Amino acid sequence: MELHGFGHLLISGFWVTLQLAVTSLVFGLLFGLLGAAAKLSPIRSLHAIGTLYTTLIRGIPELLLVLILYYGTSTLLNWLLGRYIEVGPFTAGVAALSLAFGAYATEVFRSAMLEIPKGQREAALAIGMRPWAIFWHIELPQLWRIAIPGLGNLFLVLLKDTALVSVVGLNELMRQAYVAAGNTKEPFTFYMAAALIYLTLTIISMQVTRWLERRANRGFEEARA
Amino acid sequence: MDQLHTWLMSMAGDAEPWASYAKYLPKLLDGAGLTLQLVVVSGLIGVCLAIPMALMRVAKSPWVWGLPYAYIFFFRGTPLLVQIFLVYYGLSQFEAIRDLGWLWDEVLSQPYWCAIIAFTLNTTAYIAELFRGAIQSVPRGEVEAAQAIGMNRYQQYRHIILPRAFGIILPAYGNEVILMLKGSALASTITLLDLTGMTRNVIARTYMSMEFFLLAGALYLLIAGAIILLFRGLEHLYSAQHRQPRLAAKGLDPQLRDQHLDDPS
Repeated sequence: MELHGFGHLLISGFWVTLQLAVTSLVFGLLFGLLGAAAKLSPIRSLHAIGTLYTTLIRGIPELLLVLILYYGTSTLLNWLLGRYIEVGPFTAGVAALSLAFGAYATEVFRSAMLEIPKGQREAALAIGMRPWAIFWHIELPQLWRIAIPGLGNLFLVLLKDTALVSVVGLNELMRQAYVAAGNTKEPFTFYMAAALIYLTLTIISMQVTRWLERRANRGFEEARA
Repeated sequence: MDQLHTWLMSMAGDAEPWASYAKYLPKLLDGAGLTLQLVVVSGLIGVCLAIPMALMRVAKSPWVWGLPYAYIFFFRGTPLLVQIFLVYYGLSQFEAIRDLGWLWDEVLSQPYWCAIIAFTLNTTAYIAELFRGAIQSVPRGEVEAAQAIGMNRYQQYRHIILPRAFGIILPAYGNEVILMLKGSALASTITLLDLTGMTRNVIARTYMSMEFFLLAGALYLLIAGAIILLFRGLEHLYSAQHRQPRLAAKGLDPQLRDQHLDDPS
């Protein structure tokens, strides 16, 4: 594939895409855990907030979410804090992608949480563990194991959604391919190159997910054998 | 539409953002119409293409399943935005395609058809993968039963496997339609005035970005809600065989009537 010296542009875009995906993953996992905690909470209003969050985000296009957060957050901050704060495309992108990831991750975490036998929590309470310690030492390690396959799929979706942030001008892979395509008048070559890079990222993420899955399940393989 | 317009305007008065909402809502509804059209057309063609593809995908010979496998892998592994740009901008790179005459002038250079083509290719891959899973999860015993009564391959698929697969796939297909609805917002990136495109257009005129983005979000939510209800209805229809038939015990001849069928009260 002849890239007419625009290869470095794609590489730099690739790094931005990777940073965007990983940062959004971290915040998205956080939103997912908070969302699941809210949805499982016995407090009615928290449960309602969790449900509202997942319903709203899952019904609105990610592109619209990116646009809302890019154009809207500055206005909102201006109104809240009384001074203008510029929100860049990277921040807006991370916010949009992690909110979207979090909404779907909420469901993954919630169903994983329900899969942990209730008796474990009761046993922990019986020996006098505090709720936070129960979550940290007993529930979270198992939650992780059950949730990995679902989260892996969500990460693949997130990876592809990073392309949307090019619409608000972030110099990630898609945007750089657009620039290179415009300069060389060879759009097919560059969009195909971008597609192949996304495909490679997908394959790598699938392998990493599989490795994490095996690692998290290592205590269970022996039990089953 | 004009009546709606006048009525809305009279309802809203001068207070913002309601006055602008009233003024531009008909435009947004036009956009929503295009969005729906894109989703329905690509969804229907997608299902038709996905069935043969899924059948090839479950074949035993790698010569048969290799191509659909690669196709599904490519379209599920790359962003929809790349796929749209490949069709809309990418194809013009090749002179052979630009020389296709009518096909180029009327179809391949038109954003509407490019969006339809890209969405169809994309959703076909997802639906084919759903079908593959469904075909493989049809209980083994049912296929063996079909073989035992002497059905050939074609009859097995036509009467047993595919109808079962449709039932299995229905809820997941509903989800895929919602994902397609959200994906269709990308049509706005190739100048189409779908709901998102129209919203951006209106914002360029009114400078009311938050107000109209949120209105568009609400409209998307309404459409998604309608799709969910539609699929609930379809699932209800399709699972008819699982429902308990209502026994008209009360209307039966008292002598034929079984005590157990009557209400305990």
